[in-house]
Amino acid sequence: MQAMLDILGGLVLVSGTVFLLLGALGLNRMPDIFNRIQAGTKTTTLGTMLTLAGIGLMQPDWSMKLLLIGLFMLFTNPLSSQVLARAAHRGGARKTPETEVDRYAEDHGDPS
Amino acid sequence: MVDLLIYLAAALAGAAFLLVLYRFLAGPKPADRVIAFDVLTIISITGIALAAKIEGRIIYLDVALVYALLSFLGVIVIARYLERNL
Amino acid sequence: MSKAQISAKLFITLILFWMLLNGTFALDSFIVGVGASLIIVYFFRDSLSFLSEFRFTPQALMATLSYVAFFLKELVKSNLRLARIVLEPDLPINPGIVKVRTKLKSRMGRLLLANSITLTPGTLTIELEDEWLYIHWVTLESADIEGATQAIVEGFERHLEVMYG
Repeated sequence: MQAMLDILGGLVLVSGTVFLLLGALGLNRMPDIFNRIQAGTKTTTLGTMLTLAGIGLMQPDWSMKLLLIGLFMLFTNPLSSQVLARAAHRGGARKTPETEVDRYAEDHGDPS
Repeated sequence: MVDLLIYLAAALAGAAFLLVLYRFLAGPKPADRVIAFDVLTIISITGIALAAKIEGRIIYLDVALVYALLSFLGVIVIARYLERNL
Repeated sequence: MSKAQISAKLFITLILFWMLLNGTFALDSFIVGVGASLIIVYFFRDSLSFLSEFRFTPQALMATLSYVAFFLKELVKSNLRLARIVLEPDLPINPGIVKVRTKLKSRMGRLLLANSITLTPGTLTIELEDEWLYIHWVTLESADIEGATQAIVEGFERHLEVMYG
């Protein structure tokens, strides 16, 4: 039984790190800071969740602590990227020319 | 088989780390470095969790938790700083 | 909701967090946790916790379950979509920052909504101002307030409205 869970956990683990790698790729390919934050937050959040879940499947007695780390990341990751995105916008970060509309700049003035 | 999967995962996480490190060094703006730093920490947490599994030590998970807490606070503080000074 | 109720909910949240952190139900660690939580509650009486403003009704508990399921589905979907964008050679993005309006009144409900939006397909909350949210959208579909609200907010709002109001 545990042998099956080990294999399953290993597969979940690898799928999680694949998402981490995709996020890293996105961070390098995206043209401006806002798109980079998007790529950086989402994929790493799911990637970490899957990694922790995979380890949890291999070590069921650790699952409480892994769950705690996962929940913590789930709540803090989006918060820090929100704060960073706002800071970047207020600091007048360059937006890619493909950007079609910016309602935030319309309402608050555009420092860039 | 399982060991192989764990080491494959560690290799993928390592490759992701190097890619993000490039963005961290290349910048160009401080905000780019901060988001790269944030992602580096998250990948490190995965790395610490993997190390805990490989070494079989649950105590490493506490390290990961404290690391997550500190990096969150760090990013918030740096973002606050950038907001006034960029 | 009374002050005592808010404090009690913060205390319960802290104790639950402490128990998870310790992973044991031993009496001595429980007593330390109660002491530490009481000190924190004394200094941060009015702070938000996950349970503050939560409505303890059967409907709210059901909505929580369906919210979690919906959220996980959206999280996976958003990752697959982003992975496809990143892997495509010509990087097909048309970003924009849109403004949307939420019906939610509670602070915790709005916070959870902003967080959920950040983690779901192609959207990133930049600023939360009263009922208005400014959202960066990687694949812009609708630039006006109504269209964007319908596309981004309503899926989560349906659940959160029952949970927090």
